Amino acid sequence: MSLNLVVGHGGLFQFHHGVFYGVGAYTVALMLKKTSLPMWMGFVAGPLAAAIIGLIIGWFCVRLTRLYFGMLQISLGSLIWVIVFRWYSFTGGDDGIPGISMPAILSPPKNSYYFILIILVICLVLMYLILKSPFGSTLQAIRDNPQRCEAIGINVRRHQLIAIVIATFFAGVAGVLFVVLERSVFADLLFWVLSLEVFIMCLLGGWFTFAGPVLGAAIIVALRTFVGIFTEYWTLILGIMLILIIFFLPEGVMGYLQNVFKSQTRESRNGGRP
Amino acid sequence: MLQVEGVIKSFDEFVAVKGATLSVGRGEIVAVIGPNGAGKTTLFNLITGLLKRDSGKILFKGEDISGLPSYEICKKGIARSFQIVNIFPRLTVLRNVQVAVLSQQGKSNALFRPAKSMVLDETKGILESVGLLDKSQSIAGALSHGDQKILEIAIALGNEPELLILDEPTAGMSPEETSATMELVKRLAKMRGLTILFCEHDMDIVFSIAQSIMVMHQGRTLLQGKPEEVRNNPFVQEAYLGVG
Repeated sequence: MSLNLVVGHGGLFQFHHGVFYGVGAYTVALMLKKTSLPMWMGFVAGPLAAAIIGLIIGWFCVRLTRLYFGMLQISLGSLIWVIVFRWYSFTGGDDGIPGISMPAILSPPKNSYYFILIILVICLVLMYLILKSPFGSTLQAIRDNPQRCEAIGINVRRHQLIAIVIATFFAGVAGVLFVVLERSVFADLLFWVLSLEVFIMCLLGGWFTFAGPVLGAAIIVALRTFVGIFTEYWTLILGIMLILIIFFLPEGVMGYLQNVFKSQTRESRNGGRP
Repeated sequence: MLQVEGVIKSFDEFVAVKGATLSVGRGEIVAVIGPNGAGKTTLFNLITGLLKRDSGKILFKGEDISGLPSYEICKKGIARSFQIVNIFPRLTVLRNVQVAVLSQQGKSNALFRPAKSMVLDETKGILESVGLLDKSQSIAGALSHGDQKILEIAIALGNEPELLILDEPTAGMSPEETSATMELVKRLAKMRGLTILFCEHDMDIVFSIAQSIMVMHQGRTLLQGKPEEVRNNPFVQEAYLGVG
């Protein structure tokens, strides 16, 4: 979801979103494991750390455009992955940090489930508000036409950077929730394959819609769960689906459904480019 | 209001503007004419900060604005439309203008307020004055070319400029659309007290509405003067008016 804020609505090639997710997870894990600070501080620190890393990486990346933006981000993100992967004494390297104890309140699975659900709903509401705000409108305008935005008095780079910081903050929240759920972290969280997977979720569900990524995530998880039973090559089916979608539904499943719905209510509008 | 003095701009080997001089007084309607490739659009890009000049001075209200990024120049009170349609194609017509108004009022960064109801009066006022209000909910990319060019002007008006720069506002329009657009420009200038700098290929239009005309040729300013002076200039007669 947070990724789609920058990709679908901001037009930025945020290729390595997983890093910020991982940073959030690691921050809370390390704080709970290595310090005796209260747990809520860890929960706050996770998203903050992700946002700070987002600020640093974003500061470099907004200087580039399009694909170059994405490539620089993959390399900077991979740098962080390497640090986490190699720094055994601090991050546990490829062993990760297992067995993070949660406070009593979150111990029962039911409680942690509701905790995650509540936080998720809050985040979704916040992101929805941001998207519908002047900031969100301006961001979509930048996606459509950055040059024109400069001409109407918008500092495009600063606006994009703020969008990245917001998105990485929410990725950090997701990282914290991961720790609540799994009670462990491992370096693969920061690996680019995961970033690719969330990127595909957005692509599948629909770039330009708010709920698209949720649908995309549901499709991927469902594929993995149900098709994965029959064959370990479920990604093959995913790949075929992706090719078909890029060709026939360039705005994703959700974008397609919306267009169908709209053309029923009033005359169809021009289809956009992917 | 706007003074351009000896501005030079080159792209690699090619010198696009080699000594442009222009003066625009407050409330004036000034036209820049010249054949394709004379450097008109480049000059406009230099004034609005899309390009950086190599040397020379660009003064706006006495302040040197050359070298500022274009969003800063916009905040000083210069807005522009583009020769090639340059709008936000996926957004509605209303949103296209609203984004500019929000930017003008410094509200682009508001995070948690719904944009839907913000600055609606101003936005609708602009759309009404250019005659696009009935299309405000259309997706901008689906408008006709003529309407998109009008939307160009509407977006620029969203910034409440003092100086409005129009780069071939009627490019690609039919003769009827062209005259309607120029009437609109005249009316807007009067209504909002705008200073207008534009370039245009249609000489009838230029001579009918411009109070001052600057002639560019191969990147240089040949002369700037009142329409009669320009009309009587032998070079201009030969090159553009087909006389002599």
